[in-house]
Amino acid sequence: MITRIAALFTALSLSTTVLAEDIKLAVTTSFENSGLADVLLPAIKEDLDLDVQLLVVGTGQALRLGQAGDVDAILVHSRAAEEKFVAEGYGTYRREIMYNDFVFIGPKDDPAGVGQATSAAEALKRIGVTKPAFVSRGDDSGTHKKEIALWRAADLAPETFGAWYRAVGAGMGASLNTAAGLDAYILADRASWLNFGNKANLDLLYAGDAALFNQYAFLAVNPEKHAHVRNDLAVQLEDWLVSPRAAELINSYTINGETLFTFNAAPE
Amino acid sequence: MNDIYEGLVAAFWLVVTLDSDLMQISLRSLQVSLSALLIASAIALPLGTFLAIRRFRFRRLVISLLNALMGLPPVVVGLIVYILLSRSGPFGVLGLLFTPTAMIIAQVIIITPLIASITHQAMRELWAEYHDLLISLNTSPWQRIKTLIWDGRRNLLTASLAGFGRAIGEVGAIMIVGGNIDNATRVLTTAIALETGKGDFALALALGFVLIALAIGINICIHWLSRTEREGRW
Repeated sequence: MITRIAALFTALSLSTTVLAEDIKLAVTTSFENSGLADVLLPAIKEDLDLDVQLLVVGTGQALRLGQAGDVDAILVHSRAAEEKFVAEGYGTYRREIMYNDFVFIGPKDDPAGVGQATSAAEALKRIGVTKPAFVSRGDDSGTHKKEIALWRAADLAPETFGAWYRAVGAGMGASLNTAAGLDAYILADRASWLNFGNKANLDLLYAGDAALFNQYAFLAVNPEKHAHVRNDLAVQLEDWLVSPRAAELINSYTINGETLFTFNAAPE
Repeated sequence: MNDIYEGLVAAFWLVVTLDSDLMQISLRSLQVSLSALLIASAIALPLGTFLAIRRFRFRRLVISLLNALMGLPPVVVGLIVYILLSRSGPFGVLGLLFTPTAMIIAQVIIITPLIASITHQAMRELWAEYHDLLISLNTSPWQRIKTLIWDGRRNLLTASLAGFGRAIGEVGAIMIVGGNIDNATRVLTTAIALETGKGDFALALALGFVLIALAIGINICIHWLSRTEREGRW
């Protein structure tokens, strides 16, 4: 019986190995929800014969996966956390690939008047005064970190907020669903918002401040920390991501005629 | 309500057009959950029967432990299996994290106590009936277990199907240890969670209906194959 179970296990694990080379890449929910992956991955498969296996998690967890060596590379958007990752030796450097921007989403009638704000800080100050329902990611993701930084820049402390400030501890899509249900304000990245199917009574109220800039960077896990990671594949992937072909695909990706990402990788 | 209708329509078209992604995801769901069921049953059925017929010192403790573990939260199982299989964990060298094998391991842990517990309940009553006969025939413990398993097979089928139901509908653990990777570890439940996250309720519901249909189909198949609930044989 035991040998049979062992044989079964072996058969199952064998059946799961794929012939083409594959690389595990941890990406943020906002990247996956934007739909850009569906454009880039087939092109990567075509050009490099490389299967990119995406693990869609928050930036916080993506960095953890990289530290533990459970993925070969990460693509995230939280500069301070990325620099810490590199400083601790888990990655050798960060490579900027592209950016999009964050936008303020809220109920169409806009009780806090966020639509009339002239800066991100002012928009948040208006919310701080009116205290309408506000949904926060609350999951230590890049978007969450950005939101906290924006509150600080507006001289407000989220940890002192009352019940109107709801930290849901969920991904971008799930948080948007919560905001739609509560008719609440939320900070989202533009790509996730445009691709989101359940907009209900919500609308894009404010965007455009330079403070809402959202830079994505690629970090290969340091092979000196984890000998088993496929650094060779990670380097191949990075070279592809900064290539003119990737630039064209990223810049030409639109939803409803709106450009989502801007390629800005610097040449070597 | 409109969402439910759209979900039904979407489910209908996905099935009718034999959508390749849907087929792949459904087959993977079945592969993972049926493998987990097979392994868990191989452990739990003899274990539950053994607990029914043997008296030993910590029997009560083991039984209450099993009953408590029936309610094991899948996320916790997922997290523990994740930490064990992580590259920086004790079994990291096996490289099993984010593979279907990891998902099978998590599901085996989740459903084994459930199957063992139901088995034990059913076997206790059967053993009361068979006790004198099997003792007087001077059978070995293993022979007793085999006899009880065979004669109580319909009850055991219920136990296994309960386990299967829990496995195929489970999302918390396999999301963590499988990672919901497209074309590698995405199954029906994690795909539903993903589509809900994208706000695409119609597709999420469609996948949900497929999942329910699959669970019903498997149950009917197993009942039919094992010829239970037939005229004159209940």
